[in-house]
Amino acid sequence: MLQARPVKDPRPCCPDVIGVIGNTPLVELKRLSPKEGVRLFAKLEFYNPTGSVKDRVARSMIERAEQEGAIQPGQHILEPTSGNTGISLGLICRLKGYPLTVVMPENVTAERSELLRMYGAEIVYSEGAKGSNGAVEVALEMAEKDSRFYMPYQYGNQANPDAHYYGTAEEIIEELGEVTAFVAGLGTGGTLMGNGRRLKEHDPSTKIVAAEPLQGEDVQGLRSLDDGFIPPIIDISLLDRKILVSNRDGIVWTQKLFYEEGIFAGVSSGAIASVAARIANELDEGNVVFVVADGGDKYMSAGLWTKSVDELEAVDSTVWW
Amino acid sequence: MATVKIPPVLRPSVSGMSEVQVEGGTVGEVLRGLAGEHPETQDQLFSTAGELNRYVNVYVNDEDVRVQEGLDTDVGPGDTVVILPAMAGGD
Repeated sequence: MLQARPVKDPRPCCPDVIGVIGNTPLVELKRLSPKEGVRLFAKLEFYNPTGSVKDRVARSMIERAEQEGAIQPGQHILEPTSGNTGISLGLICRLKGYPLTVVMPENVTAERSELLRMYGAEIVYSEGAKGSNGAVEVALEMAEKDSRFYMPYQYGNQANPDAHYYGTAEEIIEELGEVTAFVAGLGTGGTLMGNGRRLKEHDPSTKIVAAEPLQGEDVQGLRSLDDGFIPPIIDISLLDRKILVSNRDGIVWTQKLFYEEGIFAGVSSGAIASVAARIANELDEGNVVFVVADGGDKYMSAGLWTKSVDELEAVDSTVWW
Repeated sequence: MATVKIPPVLRPSVSGMSEVQVEGGTVGEVLRGLAGEHPETQDQLFSTAGELNRYVNVYVNDEDVRVQEGLDTDVGPGDTVVILPAMAGGD
């Protein structure tokens, strides 16, 4: 006979959906852990309201700008993004009354544009061949020309890593205590910097590991190396390892997460999981934590879970993360 | 000999090749060897002080040398050295 499950520490009722952001589950992955004695844990950020870790960052940037008096409802927000930050800003700006324009590479998956339109955001597409560099370039030009725009600028805003320093990392410390290695994707650098600083304060021996996308040649459209870009919030000295992952490996591990552990995650999370498993394999004991940055729903149109990696199209010309 | 993978942005400086074989026991030796063979890459790979250009990322196999020993990072004969431009990450 079924019995009611006891409710442990129920969350208080939130005044709105923004209050639900954070406090995501940490789940052990016993099937993917390569060794006895080494425990692999996934922090499931798709439990946030728009389904990604960027809800934490968008809330942090907007609320800090409000606290500093830099914006008030009606102010037009502008942000370069390959999708998730834009979608998170879409939710928060809609609820708080800020019009939003996002600049996004034209070669992201269709779901991202659709979600942004649902939240009422205006989309400006940048040249796909320039990847996220192109989106940053266009947004910076727009902000310079038009003073109506307030650009949170996730690549250079301390409120981005702070969302993790005061949020994600605190939750992990509370949930697990000891963290031997922490693995996250390198995008803006916010997740790695904020968690890295807080986790190393808690235990200086914690290894901070970046999983970095090996972008396909079709999205490396720079005219010269001096057109490169390093997000200002990144302090590379905080990293112990920085490991490249191909889109192909990312997709194979996205499928493993789904089929072996029942975790429906996006492609960056597969790439991050592959690095976490590699780090776990190098250890004799300890806890390896990695961040599942978003869920798989925004990638459904790519057929990742119904086709083998060899059957997929545009593996190297799509901006997956 | 190490295999050096050349990104599209550098290929015009190495006769259009996408990879080249270069001798050297460290990243510095390999990249200086590449610049010796293909002088146009010198100013793109190195600053005037001889350091790695800020916007160039170099990986031995798949690990970034900046979080290892930089230009002093060891390179074995079968290793792959990947050169990539520093690009904005996503999301």
